[in-house]
Amino acid sequence: MNVEILARVQFAFTIGFHYIYPPLSIGLGLMLVILEGLFLKTGDRIYEMAVRFWIRIFALIFGIGVATGIIMEFEFGTNWATYSKYVGDIFGSALAAEGIFAFALESGFLGILIFGWNRVGRGVHFFSTIMVFVGSLFSAVWIVVANSWQQTPAGYHIVGQGMNARAEITDFWAMVFNPSSVDRLLHVWVGAILAGGFMVLSVNAWYLLHRKHMEIARPTFRIALVVVATFSLLQLFLGDRSAGIVARYQPAKLAAMEGHFDSSARADMYLFGYVNNRTQNTSGVKIPGGLSFLTYGSFKAPVTGLRAFKPADRPSQVNSIFQLYHLMVACGLAMIFLSLLGCWLWWRDALFKHRWLLWVFAFSVLLPQLANQAGWFTAEMGRQPWVVYGLLRTSDALSRVVSANQIIFSLILFTIVYIVLFALFLFLLNRKIQHGPVDYGTKETIEDGSRRDNPILEHEASQS
Amino acid sequence: MNTFLGLDYNLWWFLVFGAVISGYAILDGFDLGAGSLHLFLRKEESRRIAMNAIGPIWDGNEVWLVIGGGALFAGFPVAYAAIFSAFYVPFMVFLVGLIFRAVSIEFRSKEPWSWWRKAWDIVYCFASIVISLSLGLMLGNVVEGLPLNSDREFAGDLLSFFNPFAIMVSITTLALFMMHGAIFLTMKTENRLFVKLHVLANNFIVFFVVSFVITTLYTLLYIPHLSDFFKSRPGWFTIPLLMILSIANIPRQVKIGKYRFAFISSAITIALLLIMVAIEVFPYLLYSPQHPGNSITVYNAASSTRTMKILLVMALIGTPLVGVYTSFVFWTFKGKVRLDEMSY
Ligand code: HDD
Ligand code: HEM
Ligand code: HEM
Repeated sequence: MNVEILARVQFAFTIGFHYIYPPLSIGLGLMLVILEGLFLKTGDRIYEMAVRFWIRIFALIFGIGVATGIIMEFEFGTNWATYSKYVGDIFGSALAAEGIFAFALESGFLGILIFGWNRVGRGVHFFSTIMVFVGSLFSAVWIVVANSWQQTPAGYHIVGQGMNARAEITDFWAMVFNPSSVDRLLHVWVGAILAGGFMVLSVNAWYLLHRKHMEIARPTFRIALVVVATFSLLQLFLGDRSAGIVARYQPAKLAAMEGHFDSSARADMYLFGYVNNRTQNTSGVKIPGGLSFLTYGSFKAPVTGLRAFKPADRPSQVNSIFQLYHLMVACGLAMIFLSLLGCWLWWRDALFKHRWLLWVFAFSVLLPQLANQAGWFTAEMGRQPWVVYGLLRTSDALSRVVSANQIIFSLILFTIVYIVLFALFLFLLNRKIQHGPVDYGTKETIEDGSRRDNPILEHEASQS
Repeated sequence: MNTFLGLDYNLWWFLVFGAVISGYAILDGFDLGAGSLHLFLRKEESRRIAMNAIGPIWDGNEVWLVIGGGALFAGFPVAYAAIFSAFYVPFMVFLVGLIFRAVSIEFRSKEPWSWWRKAWDIVYCFASIVISLSLGLMLGNVVEGLPLNSDREFAGDLLSFFNPFAIMVSITTLALFMMHGAIFLTMKTENRLFVKLHVLANNFIVFFVVSFVITTLYTLLYIPHLSDFFKSRPGWFTIPLLMILSIANIPRQVKIGKYRFAFISSAITIALLLIMVAIEVFPYLLYSPQHPGNSITVYNAASSTRTMKILLVMALIGTPLVGVYTSFVFWTFKGKVRLDEMSY
């Protein structure tokens, strides 16, 4: 296998794994803010138990997010050295901003969020929770800005030639607010909030099914339901805006997303289908002219097709892009349907009556995860063969001094490590969920609390 | 050339980068050190206390590494590209060490079984050691220089990293962190654990001083280009002199029980060591001993001046902010460790 494919596989694997956790951190961050806010407002101990339970889950997820994120920061240098030189001027600023403005904020206040419950006043703790949430929102900002710049470059000029060519900033704000930044950022944020919201929903559905912690599960479930219903509807709107940006700035990607080849024809929109990469033929269940309508407001308008681009200038894995895109949209629609159904039943006072529905909710945590992964793969694969759209090809972006063997070494290393990590993560998450929220009491001393929840003592007590 | 307060932007950014790296070494240094000596503590309770001493802050400390990476990428992209692609394998090992360390802290406390905790203790301790050693190894190689080709890309192989100088720097780094970490833990502990750490701190001071002296002698004898700077500008000798004073101050403070001052002294030692390194290598970021013309310098690796200006503005806004809330967090968790139900 050649270095390019290996480097891509490695990057995709490590970022895909990383991207399981950040959306959860962001989304759970919002849930923590809501739950703790309710606790402060109402003083109801139910919310205290809920927040403190979710803080523990949050800590676990955040830990793995940090560990896998640090890898990403350095992978640009290790695997994509030429790319790093090419975009350093621009991309580096965004990454530096991310470190100093976002990560420092998050990890600073994280200590207080996790360990500070008994040490600082309630107001200070709530403030720290908000800061962690805000920090995680910021951390998405800079990385998405940098990535959006790769998709729709702006505010730069090219200096030097050949291997020494590189992009330099001419206008910082034009770089930051490049044509796709804002829409993509909002889309990513909402995707993250959905990931956290559905996680809370699932766990509470599971408690309801097993008749555990019912008095906490019911209100928390309802709160999460409101969150996911709001944001899944919003996501439909934002997704449509993202598609509009793609249509304008990356027509080849748009064509690949719907498997559209012929520029002189109207473009259809598929519910599902299959693209034959070789014969360049797309078949499936479609709305004729649907894509033309979404892009130009008319069912007959022709849309630029893939054949308008030289084979070397367009993505080749059209079917994968098509399928991933449709998977994301399908998951999005499923989330809307599910959350609206939940709201409707709530209104009819029958929310917790249907066990089958609770089971569906218990597994719904997978939907936003699938959509998030599929969305990134669509965006990144659709950008191929460019790393920086229209400027730098992926095949030119590699580290020339890194050999295939070195990448294989690291790929095997990371595969093993990540499999172990993922297994441990699921195991611990499951144990935590089984263990459930704990009533720490309000007036008891720290000593009592520490005895109660010290796993060692609990273990000894259960053995004697 | 564009200047700011008399210094050009490249030099400014070099200073900022150096400050961030020193911050990282001082802050993460003590928690890496605490991790590296973890297995010297034998009782479950002691290990729990030691882990909780760094619990709320280690993640914030590690962020300095992230900021440092960003600072290098942004200011000197050519150096970022060359250094990380050159150190591909050691760096991957370093990263895997970071992963394991982060998760071992997180996972250890999650289950009560003693085999589970012991296993994570071992992972935690070894990961901390591997991280410290590989950091030192890479630092040693950067100081010494690497073979570079005319495209300013690495032209050596993996084995060339394992040369005597780099190995010595690597061991010295470990010793330095262990000393720094042990002193930190003495400030956070009481009773028998405290006495034990006091003894450990003294041992690590000896370990550090011995490896430091050997490395220094080797440098003077075999790598003359590093000390040239000082020979030609004797005034700058104050820096090594200050460093020796600050090293000598560490055991003195430990002896009279002023651990906080000992800690400050070892932090200053780390800073001075890195300042020495910076002076020795400047203006090179990566020196190529065989073909000095291919070296990567603060000038030929830099981003545009406009980017440098943007970066400096960011640093000016960001640093005070980070300083304020880092101090706030440290202040919240000051004093001896108390275990409660949220502890690891
Ligand atoms: C939508 C948001 C998002 C996206 C697209 C990414 N990340 Fe991430 N990242 C986060 C959101 C995030 C986070 C929520 O802020 C994390 C997860 C847990 C945490 O501590 O911060 C994080 C952690 C994290 C860390 C550790 C920070 C620390 O020590 O606290 C680094 C260095 C990166 N990321 C770097 C990257 C890079 C280089 C990415 C892309 C190539 C990337 N992240 C994609
Ligand atoms: C902004 C920084 C980013 C850069 C420089 C970057 C660059 C790259 C590069 C060079 C590749 C390999 C080429 C390819 O196969 O597409 C890639 C693939 C990929 N990236 Fe990004 N990416 C960035 C951000 C992200 C983020 C934040 C995600 C979120 C999860 C992401 C998800 C992916 C995925 C899923 C692939 C695999 C696509 C494939 O295999 O074709 N990327 N990216
Ligand atoms: C419901 C209809 C949806 C539509 C029409 C839609 C549309 C799009 C489009 C066109 C892109 C590609 C943007 C680009 O290449 O620059 C994209 C990317 C993405 N989508 Fe969606 N999306 C939808 C739902 C969702 C949902 C529900 C999630 C997550 C919960 C999600 C997560 C993402 C992510 C993470 C990306 C990659 C980042 C980006 O490029 O913005 N999407 N989406």
